[in-house]
Amino acid sequence: MSRDHILHRVRTALGRSAGEEARDLPPVRLRIPESAVESRAPQLLARVEALAGEGFRAATGDDARACVAAAIEGKCAVASNAPYLAHCGITSLPGVRSGITDPDELRELCASADFGITSADYALADTGTLVLLASPQEARLISLLPPAHIAVIACGRILSGLDELFSILPDPAAATSSMVLITGPSRTADIEQILVRGVHGPGRVMVVVVG
Amino acid sequence: MSTEFERKIHETLADAKLQLAIYTATGRLKAKRVETVAPDVLLDYQELRAQAHAIKKHAIENLDHYLEEFERNVEAHGGKVAYCKDGTEVADFVLALAKERGARLIVKSKSMTTEEVDLNERLEHHGLESVETDLGEYILQLAHERPYHIVAPALHMTRYDVADLFARRLHIAREVVIEKQTAIARSVLRQKFLAADIGISGANFLVADSGAVVIVENEGNARLTTSAPRIHIVIAGIEKVIPRAQDLATFLKLLARSATGQPLSVYTSFLSGPRRTGEIDGPEEFHVVLLDNGRTRLLPDRGKRESLYCIRCGACLNACPVYRKIGGHSFPWVYSGPIGAILTPQFMGVAHEPALPFASSLCGACAEVCPVKIDIPKILLELRSEVKKSEAREKQHRLEKLAFRAFAWLMRHPRIYELAGRAAASMAPSEEGGWIRGVPGLMNIPPVRAWLSQRDLPPAPAKSFREMWRRR
Ligand code: SF4
Repeated sequence: MSRDHILHRVRTALGRSAGEEARDLPPVRLRIPESAVESRAPQLLARVEALAGEGFRAATGDDARACVAAAIEGKCAVASNAPYLAHCGITSLPGVRSGITDPDELRELCASADFGITSADYALADTGTLVLLASPQEARLISLLPPAHIAVIACGRILSGLDELFSILPDPAAATSSMVLITGPSRTADIEQILVRGVHGPGRVMVVVVG
Repeated sequence: MSTEFERKIHETLADAKLQLAIYTATGRLKAKRVETVAPDVLLDYQELRAQAHAIKKHAIENLDHYLEEFERNVEAHGGKVAYCKDGTEVADFVLALAKERGARLIVKSKSMTTEEVDLNERLEHHGLESVETDLGEYILQLAHERPYHIVAPALHMTRYDVADLFARRLHIAREVVIEKQTAIARSVLRQKFLAADIGISGANFLVADSGAVVIVENEGNARLTTSAPRIHIVIAGIEKVIPRAQDLATFLKLLARSATGQPLSVYTSFLSGPRRTGEIDGPEEFHVVLLDNGRTRLLPDRGKRESLYCIRCGACLNACPVYRKIGGHSFPWVYSGPIGAILTPQFMGVAHEPALPFASSLCGACAEVCPVKIDIPKILLELRSEVKKSEAREKQHRLEKLAFRAFAWLMRHPRIYELAGRAAASMAPSEEGGWIRGVPGLMNIPPVRAWLSQRDLPPAPAKSFREMWRRR
């Protein structure tokens, strides 16, 4: 097998021996800015809008529910099993399917739904980013296959940026098999550098901040 | 310079439409990068670069350690790791897995590493369908071309080229509106995603302490590739490993800014193994193929191994006055621009295209924009001197071959050899047993002379062996 061959070549080239420790690892560099918690939601929503996403602020879970209802207008939506969505009453809105645990059913629904509704584990204020950790409650395809994605997140889960995320989650793999950072709608500029949204992922991203 | 290299350069220079396309696209990418790394936007840009450089340097200097750590952690999360030394081994790995699992259709997200080894061609040769899903790569696959630029692969094609291509290959009406062309690709590829058995992706980073791969993209095709099919195979160069997930706070801030001038790309996927218990989607199998394909050849030299720090952002291409004139397809291998000029000679040997390290004005723009601070001009200079050395060796080698051919000819014509030998004996230096340094009589033909200029012949005996043989 090439494993030993390649590792041997690497060691010979570097003058190292098998099992030798790594020396002088540069310290981690995380700089978490002092940012007032109240400024995070407006900053996040402004960034989302700048990326051609849509940002909403809801005072309560009920407001969030109304906000989502207005967006989907009774069209077909698939919502994740995140408790927060149920807590806000979003899973019981007309047109919304939730509580799916069968892989094939989920795939079919996501491929035909007009909206995918998820929560988000975190959001990053400085880049307008949603952070989704895959879990039995949060499937990957809901934020990916439908042409529009709605994310509902509690205000308290907004972080300042990447540095804070990686200080809270020093090893995301301990928490999930898949962490995805979503920064705006799917886009491409592969033909003549002309920006087109919604190429493979959702062309519309709506972020509802609650509280 | 090989005539092929020269021909392609001339072709590109003579094509006004192409010149404009390269100039505009690289100019736009360049300007966007400058905006997002400006001191008032990204205060600590220079410190981030220094940190990125330090981490890459450390990771490469301890590469075996981090590869093994990565491997252990992938396995701890239920994934598998395979090492491959070249394209044949990668193809064999994928083919064997596909056969075992009865897989036929593969979706692929953009990966320069798989371009290196022509993976699609190899797989298709064995009857598998392997479909590129990044819009630019999909267009190139239909056109049977290789990427023109690391981050903007179809930079050289216009909407009209795409319209003709789609009409011809997809048997549809000609469509010139870019939004509609994108929608066509979306719907064709959506079917492929949902039907595929295997998804093959590259990786921007391999994270040792998490056993995770990180993939950065804008379209969502990499997310689909890695979430929809039952099996996910990652194919990545061994140099992609970084020590810690926390180092991503540094690299992610630099990568998208340097590549496309975005603070972050639309999707950053951090994937560690197959789906876990209770998850409704995600791959059931997760394989990581660690590819050498010449990388270990770059390791021994402390200076030149910096080339392996590259995070493939493409900023050096956009900054390079030479790339902006001669374009991507003039370059002899998949990597173009300044990074191509230093990677290709080291992966393929300097003789592959000796002119390559000279296709640069050494203006330093590439080093200035490189987010991991690779000293590209310095490496170019070193490669130039290697080209010179190898050319001298090559010349020597050619002459030796000629000399031996002459010698063989002499051996087949004994009379002439004898004459030459006798001439040599008569011209032998005075001191007894001295070696012949001059070039006697018939041996004084250019190749032999050249050969002898480096070597001495044993002195010819007073009576040659042939003469003695005949007298017996
Ligand atoms: S050499 Fe530096 S600038 Fe060029 S592609 Fe690699 S990382 Fe980017």
